[in-house]
Order: sequence, then C-alpha cells, then structure tokens
Amino acid sequence: MTTDAAAKSNINPSLNPERRLDQIRREAEGHGRFEVVNKRPAGAPFPEASPENGYYQTPLLKQPPWTWEIPLYFFVGGAAGAAAVVGAVADYTGADRKLVRDARWIAVSGAVISSALLVSDLGRPERFLNMLRVFKPQSPMSIGVWTLVGFSSGSMAAAFAELLRDRYGASLPVQILESVGNAASLAFGLPFSNYTGVLIGATAIPVWNRNAGNLPLHFGASGLGAAIGLLELCGHRKNRALQALGLAAAIVETLQGAHIESRSKPFLDPLKRGPSGWVTRTGGALAGPIPMALRTGSLFATKEQSRSLRRWASCCAIVGSLITRIAWVYAGHVSARDWRLPLESVGEERLGRRPGTAARDRVDSAA
Amino acid sequence: MSVTAFLTDSTLCIGCKACEVACKEWNGVAEDGLDWTGFSYDNTGSVGASTWRHVKFVEQPPAPGFGGNAAELASWTFSSDVCKHCENAGCLEACPTGSIVRTEFGGVFIQPDVCNGCGYCVTACPFGVVERNQKDGSAFKCTFCYDRQKAGLVPACAKVCPTESIRFGEIDDLRQRAADRIEKLRQLGIDDAVIYDPLESSVAGTHAMFIVRGDPRTYNLPPNPEVPTEYLKKAWTSSAIAAGLLLAGTLLAFISDRGNYAHTNKQRRRK
Repeated sequence: MTTDAAAKSNINPSLNPERRLDQIRREAEGHGRFEVVNKRPAGAPFPEASPENGYYQTPLLKQPPWTWEIPLYFFVGGAAGAAAVVGAVADYTGADRKLVRDARWIAVSGAVISSALLVSDLGRPERFLNMLRVFKPQSPMSIGVWTLVGFSSGSMAAAFAELLRDRYGASLPVQILESVGNAASLAFGLPFSNYTGVLIGATAIPVWNRNAGNLPLHFGASGLGAAIGLLELCGHRKNRALQALGLAAAIVETLQGAHIESRSKPFLDPLKRGPSGWVTRTGGALAGPIPMALRTGSLFATKEQSRSLRRWASCCAIVGSLITRIAWVYAGHVSARDWRLPLESVGEERLGRRPGTAARDRVDSAA
Repeated sequence: MSVTAFLTDSTLCIGCKACEVACKEWNGVAEDGLDWTGFSYDNTGSVGASTWRHVKFVEQPPAPGFGGNAAELASWTFSSDVCKHCENAGCLEACPTGSIVRTEFGGVFIQPDVCNGCGYCVTACPFGVVERNQKDGSAFKCTFCYDRQKAGLVPACAKVCPTESIRFGEIDDLRQRAADRIEKLRQLGIDDAVIYDPLESSVAGTHAMFIVRGDPRTYNLPPNPEVPTEYLKKAWTSSAIAAGLLLAGTLLAFISDRGNYAHTNKQRRRK
C-alpha cells in the first residue's frame, strides 16, 4: 500500500498543476533551443525539413567511432615509417652507425606502440587477428594492417640483429637477419609512413575524401618531419642530410597549408573555421613555416646557435605533426556532423544535372 | 535463389512505427532511450546500431493537397528508413576482417561473430547507416532479416506493416511495381512522387528503394551517394608519389652527404 501511495504522490498530489506546466515549458525551451544565425522558423524553434535543410538538419553521416588512439596511431606510425626509411637508406649509404641505430630503435618502438594503439582502439580487441584472415586490396584498412605486420616484423628483425651484433659480433646469420630486416623495414616503411592518408581519404566523410589526392603526401611529409625531429633530438644535430630532409618536409607541409588556405570550398570549412580550424592552423604552423624558418636560419647561424635552432625546429615539427593528425580527425568529426554537404554532392557538376532530379528523370523514362 | 529488395512507399506510410518495434523484437535489438528529438513525432533520430528501421516524420507548412490533410493543417508525411543494401556497398568493401558479406539474397550482412569493431565501415557508409555499438564494441545494422529470408519468410518490418507501405520481394518485380505505383499516383493527381534508387551514382542502385513526394533530400536521401572506393585511385597515387619522393629524397640527401660521413666515421674509429 505504501508503494502505491508513493507512486501516486509522484504523479500528482501537492504539486500545483500550473507549476508543473511551467516546468514542462521551461524544459522544452531548454531542449528545444535552436541556435543558427539569422534563422528562426516561424511558430517553432525547429528547423524545417526541406531540400535545403534535409531532414530537420539532422546529419546524414555517422561520425568516426574511433577513440583517442587513432590520431596518436597516425602520428606514431608516420614517424616510425619515415624513421625506418631514413635508417635503412643511411645504412645502405654507409652513414654514421649511431644514426642507423637510433633510426632503427625509433622505428621498432613506433611499430610496437602503433600496434598496441591499433588493437586497443578496436571495439573487440580480442578479435584483432580476424583482420589477418583476409587480404582485401580494395580496403585501405586491410592493406594497412598487413603493412603494419610487415613493418613490425622488418623493424624488429633489424633492431634484434643490431642487438645481437653489439653483443656477439657480426656472424653470418646476424648479417642475413640484418639485411633482410633492413630491406623489409624499408619496403614496408615507405607505405607505412603515409597510408593513413589513404585510409581516411577513401571514406564517406567529405573533408577527408575531397582531399584524398593530397592527404597521403601531407601525412607522409608530416611523418618525415616528426622522424627527423626525433633523430635530431637523439643528438644528430650536425648531420646535413637530416637537415636537408627536415627542411624538405617543412616545405611540403607549408605548401599543404597554403593549398588548404588558398581554396574556399564549403567542405574545407572544418579545416579553417571554428575550434577544429584553429587546431588545424596551429598544427600546420608548427609543422610547416616555423621549422622551415628555424632551419633556414640555422644554415646561416654559428655552430652553437645552429644546434639550438635545430633543436627548436625538431620540437616544433614533432608537436606539429601530432597536432596535425589530431586536427584532421577532429575536422572529420565536424565534417560528418555537417548536414549540408551530403545534400549538395560533388557529383552534380560531373553529371551535369540538378540535385534531386536523378530519380525524376528515370520515372519519366519508365512511364 | 532470388535477389530481393524492399520498396518503402511513403505515400502509404501512416507513421505507426510497427516496423521499428517488430525489427527490435525479432532481432533482439536493445532499447536505446525514448528521448524526443523535437522533430515532429520522431524519437529515434536516425538509423544506427540500435535502430535498424527508423520512421521519419516530415512536417511541413500547410500545402493544400499535400499529405492528405485539410488545407489549413500542416502537411505530414512519413517514411521508414532502413539500410540501403547498396549494390556497391562502401561498408562491405572497407571491412578488413571479411565480416561484412553479400548474402545470396543480395543484401549486405555483418557477421556479428567475426566483426572486431575497427569502425572503418562506419566511415565508409555514404548513408550513415552502420554504427559501432558502444557496449558490444562491434558494428551493427539491418541484417535484411537474413535469418528469416533463409527460412523463406518475409523480413519482420515488411511482415508487420499494416498498410503495405514496406513491400518486400524480388528486386526486378519491385522496380516494376514502383514504376506502376508512380503512374497510379499520377492518375490520382499526385504528380510529385519520385522513386529513390540511385542507379546512376557510384553506389549503382540499392536493395531498399523508396517512393517519396517532392525532393528526396527532404528525407535526407542524398542526391549522389558515393561509394568511397571511388577515391582509392587518387589516394593511392598520392601515396605512391609520397613514397617515391621520400625514397628519392632520402637517397639524395645521404649520398650527397657521403663525404661528410666517411670523415666522421674515420674520426670515430680513430678515437
């Protein structure tokens, strides 16, 4: 009986019905707020469903379900892939042993960290191996996973050989292991440094797929900048080859930034406006113009100043590379939330017809 | 084994949501809250991991002769949305585990015991249908009632639809039916009904067609959905160029700096 009474008192009794109505109204006002500049549909605070608004401005696309691991994975993978390439080429050209060793260790640490990040981002991490039961050339995710497997194996073999040689000397098996590892980390490091650009380029998210043609180049340069930065922070601040590569990466990144800033297309908005725009610009400045200026300056500075400038350039490039990856994932989320883009569609110009008329044309021919 | 499809006719839909309920009950999809979106009588918002059928409530200013109401009442049309089961399915192409397959009935099916929840299909769907279930971790969407079709039954939503707004059948048969229906509507004086089945786009047609009045964009049906594999060539070309530049640049940098190294290495050996 007591529970019945309690239930009843919940619904009705002493509460003044008018006050309850006011409460509902306030709640509705709170939930029903619709904030778009210069737009206030008559009669209701809601957007209308129409060809311009779509279904009440509800986003059509789903946001990427990835968690914080993925932008970090893009960063670590890019840097590790580029470091492996630098290490292998340095080895082939007979460069400084310490440089080769440092590059190998950056590559192998990156391979381990990025594998862990990729697995932990999965909704069902225990089923990671399901990705290795198929190879699908049309899926960048599948190619990426296989590249990661090849890259990890190669870089681990090279680093392990390095370890064995330091401890037991250069016997024949160690040399074979080292050359195989070196070749594999070069072969897989090249795609591994930039495939994440393909991964997000070949999706339904407008800001990503409209940039599919330059994202891999952008991500590759970003990874190289970070790898050079890490190597220089390991103490290779006198090396001229690294300086040249760091400068090249910064130049490509600056051009990428200019390429984005110079075009004005609605799909680029997430890279230019609002919080995601500012994150993109911060990352872009740190990865492009700033290290470019610092490195150019270091060419004309005294030895001491040059090293300090290169240290700063390295730090900026590393942080810039990380922020750039975060910015692109962030922009992808903003782009997916934009209900306008799927409704206008790029295909219109290509097919030379007004949006929404495709279906009508066919009905006419059928009738 | 016939290739099957849905034809969802919004001119017949009364917005009863029986399809949503039946879908959830048959497939054991969890309840996901009853929050009002504020958009007419819609409280599910969009199709997703826990909503495989979603009735859209399109409320518009009074338009005499539209929506079947009196002239002074707002026009009100409904359309039951569902996974489109594309002919070129972005999710299927993107899936790295081979969990997403095409069934013998032409539908696109996620094998729930194989999916590892990488989430790539979510970003690959041009219709925003696939979603990762937060609790379970893997991706879910309409199964096209594969289990029922296997047993020779009609999908649950089509079975319960009281007005036969959701029709299920062989795809060619349904395409003919849709054309006939448009003709019938025209004779009744409704000349703005269209079929939504993006055959000209890279998706190359769907196994879930819709008849709606007016512009399909009002129902969030995109005028030109693109299957993301369209961008692969561009992206891989850029990737190959980036890899080539990286290799050439690194070789150039180290070879031109060789003298320097020989020098430092010699110094080191001397030490």
